[in-house]
Amino acid sequence: MSLLQILCRRLLLASLVIFGVLVVTFITSRLIPGDPARLMTGEHASRETVQHMRHVLGLDKPLPEQFGIYLVKLAHGDLGISIRTERPVSEDIRRFFPATIELSLSALLFAVAAGVPLGVTAAVYKDSWIDQAVRTVSVIGISMPAFWLGLLLLDFFYNWLGILPGTGRLDEGITAPPFITGMFTVDALLAGQWHTLYSALTHIALPAFTLGFVNLGIIMRQIRSAMIEVLQEDYIRTARAGGLSAARIIFGHALRNAMIPSVTMLGLLFGDLLYGAVLTETIFAWPGMGNYVIQSIGFLDFPSIMGFAMVASLAYVLLNLAVDLSYMMLDPQIREIG
Amino acid sequence: MIQPDETAAPAPARGLLLGSRAARWGVDWRYVWYRLSASPLTVAGFAIVSVVIAAMILAPAIAPYDPNRLSLAVRLAAPSWQHVFGTDEVGRDLLSRVIWGSRASVVAGLVTVAISMSIGTCIGAVSGLFSGWVDTVIMRIMDVLLAFPSFILAMALAAALGPSLMNAILPIAIVRTPFYVRLARGQALTLRDRAYVRAAETFGSSSWHIVWRHILPNSMAPIIVQATLDIGLAILTVSALSFIGLGAQQPTAEWGAMVANGRAYFLDQWWYPMFPGLAILVTAIGFNLVGDGLRELLDPRLRGR
Repeated sequence: MSLLQILCRRLLLASLVIFGVLVVTFITSRLIPGDPARLMTGEHASRETVQHMRHVLGLDKPLPEQFGIYLVKLAHGDLGISIRTERPVSEDIRRFFPATIELSLSALLFAVAAGVPLGVTAAVYKDSWIDQAVRTVSVIGISMPAFWLGLLLLDFFYNWLGILPGTGRLDEGITAPPFITGMFTVDALLAGQWHTLYSALTHIALPAFTLGFVNLGIIMRQIRSAMIEVLQEDYIRTARAGGLSAARIIFGHALRNAMIPSVTMLGLLFGDLLYGAVLTETIFAWPGMGNYVIQSIGFLDFPSIMGFAMVASLAYVLLNLAVDLSYMMLDPQIREIG
Repeated sequence: MIQPDETAAPAPARGLLLGSRAARWGVDWRYVWYRLSASPLTVAGFAIVSVVIAAMILAPAIAPYDPNRLSLAVRLAAPSWQHVFGTDEVGRDLLSRVIWGSRASVVAGLVTVAISMSIGTCIGAVSGLFSGWVDTVIMRIMDVLLAFPSFILAMALAAALGPSLMNAILPIAIVRTPFYVRLARGQALTLRDRAYVRAAETFGSSSWHIVWRHILPNSMAPIIVQATLDIGLAILTVSALSFIGLGAQQPTAEWGAMVANGRAYFLDQWWYPMFPGLAILVTAIGFNLVGDGLRELLDPRLRGR
């Protein structure tokens, strides 16, 4: 199969998946027990008001037509009005998404920065005490309920030691940096506001660690097993026989090859990050999408729950498509296998 | 054609399961013991899982108090000899609630995996055996399901179905099914051309008989490993859904819901969210260690690593 054919197949599959996402979110929002019109108008509304609301929401039309209307609205970026905040859902998502991206990226950065060196060390010194330690930490990471770890860290560093702030993104009295990316750490850095940057960093430390720790386990495990596999290859033995230094072999040859299968994992990790972000944000009152959607669940605010599910799924699908494509660029072998 | 060497009885492989006669579940216990003695982490995993399952079964006998008995005199009592894990805001004994909680959390995890494993394995075996358009359609649907961020999908479904433990189990089972479909299909594809399957076909066995008697028993090893690793994940996910209010509801003793209730008190009554959360962590560690150990036992490539 040529690269172009694979590319077309992947794009076709991705569009199929996106259509699936739309169908599922649509059907799910129609599965709701109870009447959205009744929910929106309130308990004491008269029958006429509810009927009117049903008509306004288009709930009296046949389902396929409703789906068509849903798609047309979506194409215009209209995700409906949130019952809780009474703002357009798309506006809410724009407002809260940067905080979630900032948290997820920081967590990923921490997990990769700590997980890759630890995984490599464990593979090189296989069965040593450091390998045992890395394996133990990675099992703990994979088994850790993020919401509970967050509580413990908050109790220890905020309540007990008092060295890190508890909740939110900035200390009280500090105004947000000028909007560039919406990520406070990056914006403060770009604007040169060091005080704001410090405050933002102390606030993101605990949530990013909580979210990152769970993924750290997955990354360490993946890198370790990929490295062990690569280190047994003939070309590594050849490199050794050729007298290359251990560092050259490990970083120049082995790690580069071990990273290729690990790239796909990064795309899949994004799904875990989103899931973890929902839990972590509630613990640390981090004003992102996760926190937003949890509050919406409490209010049975389905337009915002479905809006979030859809945007998150789309982001996930597109990111994995990008990862797959870059994977094909990285690894010439995959073109043969298809 | 049947190759002569394939019809010969397989040499007793040094493995957990003896060759392709694995359908009879012949287990080489000496080998199992040899492998286990070299892997203390797996033994620890088995110990944890045994304790958790014993607690789950024996809950009425070993829990010191009725998990739902209110006694306002001892509200939020710190851990003591009377209440080893302390008490909650209405004076319920937390140790008893953690023990009884295994009946919600662990059972939910087991049921979730049982559903996704049995449905997924059957679909996968059929898909791999028949190939053709049935296979294509099934696998494309699974690709779509796999491409979803699973927790977000489970959350949306659970929210739409209404909060209850059953409504948390079902969506998680659905989003985990494709993993088993893929595994079982891969197994079926390799087993389809084995001599004993061909022979069964020649003798006029029905497809159902072939799937049930030959494909399924012989493809169970990797599926069981996946299932064991999945139990930990399912317990974590169910308790996460309960934590955000989409799973078990009051007054059910469930670990995730207990952490959620204890959250309001953790600054002064640290023990309240501490012990239920610890129960989730330790149980998930147990199942993950057992899963890893089984994978090493069953996967010849990993032996000696």
